[in-house]
Parts: sequence; C-alpha cells; structure tokens
Amino acid sequence: MSVEVIAHRFGLAGYATCFAGIAWREVLRFLHQRERFLAALVRPLVWLFIFAAGFRQVLGVSIIPPYQTYVLYEVFVTPGLVGMIQLFNAMQTSLSMVHDRETGVMRTLLLSPFPRSFLLISKLAGGVFVSLLQVYVFLLIAYFWEIELPIIGYFTVLPALLICGLMLGAIALFMSSVIKQLENFAGVMNFVIFPMFFASSALYPLWRIKEANPLLYEICRANPFTHAVELIRFAMYGQLEPVALAVVLAFTAVFLTAAIYAYNPSKGMLARRGEAG
Amino acid sequence: MTPALRPPAEPYALQVHGLTHRFGQNLALDNVSLAVPRGAFVVLLGPNGAGKSTLFALATRLYDNVSGEIRILGHDVRRQPMAALKNLGVVFQSRSLDSDLSLQQNLIYHASLHGIARREAKHHAARALAKVGLAERAGEKVRALSGGQARRVEIARALLHEPTCLLLDEATAGLDVASRESVLAMVRGLVTERAVGVLWATHLVDEVDAEDAIVLLHRGRVLFNGRGPALLKLAQAESLRTAFLRLVGKDGGGDVK
Repeated sequence: MSVEVIAHRFGLAGYATCFAGIAWREVLRFLHQRERFLAALVRPLVWLFIFAAGFRQVLGVSIIPPYQTYVLYEVFVTPGLVGMIQLFNAMQTSLSMVHDRETGVMRTLLLSPFPRSFLLISKLAGGVFVSLLQVYVFLLIAYFWEIELPIIGYFTVLPALLICGLMLGAIALFMSSVIKQLENFAGVMNFVIFPMFFASSALYPLWRIKEANPLLYEICRANPFTHAVELIRFAMYGQLEPVALAVVLAFTAVFLTAAIYAYNPSKGMLARRGEAG
Repeated sequence: MTPALRPPAEPYALQVHGLTHRFGQNLALDNVSLAVPRGAFVVLLGPNGAGKSTLFALATRLYDNVSGEIRILGHDVRRQPMAALKNLGVVFQSRSLDSDLSLQQNLIYHASLHGIARREAKHHAARALAKVGLAERAGEKVRALSGGQARRVEIARALLHEPTCLLLDEATAGLDVASRESVLAMVRGLVTERAVGVLWATHLVDEVDAEDAIVLLHRGRVLFNGRGPALLKLAQAESLRTAFLRLVGKDGGGDVK
C-alpha cells in the first residue's frame, strides 16, 4: 500500500487550523444539545419576563451612567442577565472538561502536539463562542420585549463579551480543577454561581447596596463578575468603562495562568491524581 | 535493547528506559525498560493493576515522568513533546469519540489537532474510514455504531496523521469475540503494511500469538521481555496461558481468561 504524505502544519497556519477545529467542535456539540440551548435561553428569559417585571415596582433605578435617562428595571438588569448566561456557560464548559479528563475525550485533546496552554485557551475560546450564540439570541428576544440597545451597542458589546467570557471560563476552569467538591452542578450553583451573581451589580446598582450594607458593597466591588457586568453594560451603549476593563483583564491573566498551571503535566493536579492500572 | 547511538533513520518507534513512577507511597512502575522497533508488534501483557495504564499515561503526557525516559521515534516525550506527539497514535481503553457527531466530523476534529487543514482532512478521513471498512457510514453519528465499529473508527483516527508509533490500551475491552479478532487482525496488518511500531497492551493471553514479542509486566516490573517460545522455556510451560499464570502467580492472574 502506498502511504501518502500528510501535510502536518505546525506553523501559524497549523495553530489556526487547530484553534478553528477545537472551537468548531464546541459549537457543533452545543448545537446538537437542544436541551442545553433551550435551558440556556429560558433561564435568563424567566428572569427578564417574570422577576424583572415584578421587581420593577419595588426598585426604582436613578439616572446613573451609562444611562442618560431613567430606565426601566428590565433595561438595567439586561447586562446582568447577559453576564449570567456567560457565567452558566463558563461553568458548564469547565465542568465538562473536568468530567472529560477522566475519560478518553480530554486525553485525545491533550495528545495534540500543540502546546497545552494553546489547547486550553482554544477550548475556552470555543466555550466563549457558544456563549456568544446564546447572548445574541437572548438580545434578539429581549429586543421584541422592547429592550432596544443603540444599534452600535450590538457591535461594541462583542469584544466585551469575548473577554468577559474568557475570564469567566478561566475562573471556572481553575476552580473546577482544584476544588473536588465542585464536580457536580449543584455544588457549583451553591458555591460559585449564586454568590457571584447575587453579590454583584447584576441585579441592583452598587450605590443602593452601599446604602444597605457597606461590607456587602465592598464584597461586590471585589467580585470580578461585577466588573464583567459593568464592562458589558457600558459596551452595550458604545462606551468603555476603563476600571472594569482593567479588572477583567487582570483576572483573566491571573486565572488563565493558574488554569494552565493546573493542567501542566508535571506540576498541576494531573500529576497528583493517581489512577489504577 | 536501548541503543547507545541513534542511527540516522530511527529504528525504534518507542523506547522506554529506566522508567519509575509512584503515586504517593504506591510504586506504579519500577525501573521499566522496553522498546518497540518500527514495523514490530509488541504485546504488553499484564494483569489489571500491573502498571500498563500508568505507562500509557506517561507516554501520552497526561503527567510527566520524573525518572527514566520515554522516546517516540527518538524524541523525548518530556523535552520534545511536539516532535514526539506528532509521531504518536493512541487508542485509549475508554471510549473517546463524540457520540453526537458524525464519524467524519470526529476525524476532521482530530486532524485539526494535528494542524491538518480541513479540506485535506476530509480526504484523509475518507481514506482512513475506507481502510477500516466504514466508508459508507462517514456521515452517520457515532452513536449509531456498535462497540466494535466504534473501536475501528478510533483506530482509523489514531492512524489519520500517519504516526510511526501506535499505542493501544486494552483495545478489545468490551468487544465480542468476532470484533476482537477483526480489530486485532487489522492492527497486526498495519504493522506489516505501514511499518508502524505497535504496543498492544492487554491482560488477555489469547490475544498473544506464539511467536509474538512479549513484555510481561507485573506489579510495575518487567518480569519478562522476549519472544513467546522463550517465555515458555522460562516458565517451563507448554502454553502461554500456563506460563503467564505461573509467572504472575495466582494473585495477579485471577482474571486471566
């Protein structure tokens, strides 16, 4: 039998092929999981249609940037719900990576000759693309619920979503790698998603929290999710919140490094976990 | 078996030298050395818990070896991972295909992990599937396949990037007798056709041919390294099965079939 020569490419084009392949698989898998798509949409929509409608009477939102006029509570809470979509998606992606690690699926990925750090970043980026799909479908539905962003906002929010998604993915990956108790989703809900979501500016402006409880206010300000939500909120109106951007970038760098370290074959948790056989 | 000097054309698909690995107090591998020449079929025989999977985990860099070295086509797995992994194909014991994706999609994904562009990947995927007799089912989801067919897809996938070294960890686990034989025959065929060096890990003696090169692993140690007839002689046994049971003892051979 003649053996054809295969064009392995390990230059820039090879990296691009590898990245596209990993991201493509993530999106393809997501599109095959209709229940997950539905759940990812229903969750924020329940908050928008029911919670926000009821809460609107309780909480008045005064004029704070980036809003130039009084806004309805539904409008205020939309960036928070977008953040929630990304938070859930990040946790699901990372959790599946931990589960996959035990099976052959993750080991197949790690057999790629490309550097581990690149493979992990590609995998996280694939998860971020999945979250983009969810966010834009959500924004489309919200549009018909009369939550209309300025046209430019639909474009300027994109880079904010990319970086926030990467940060949340890196945090999620790091935490699910090192904390064994987080291996089921109930644990993740209780100990990660709920605290991050509620102790943030997703549901209420921070100045109102400050009036109620100064300590909680400080906790909210230290929460990276708050800054992700604020970055998304301003970007939706074509504006840049520099503090939020700096915080999100810093958290991304720190947790990405930590997650890559956790997957380093000689140092991280892979080395510490024994297996039979 | 480890050559001191490496000739220009690397004769060994896989070389393991002085490999020791422990998980905490538990010594999983104790000074293990073995070699798989190109175009050779070597059986890594050992009962469950002998250290076979640990050896695979180290060779595939799930974690790094601390002492000893592993070379794939002459490249140190730890120091030159890119060159080493490029030449390595692996079939894991556990299922590792995406059951929601089609056969072709699974193979294209794998090709991308090796930097093979999409259009070329499609071509090679079709060729690889034809080789394992599943060309017509390329568009079907993996979910629709039987266990034996899925294994054949995994072998096609492991060979897609034309590796020189192929590792299979209990590749026939969970297959019926007919599928087991066809998978084994296919892999043996590859050795002669493509000069691939194969390390076939198993705990089933009946997968070993009388003349095969055998590395017998027990409790992390190499008990025997040589051909079938020599193993019979060493154990003073008439069949490989008896020889195996004699060498690993009752405790380790309990699940031998």
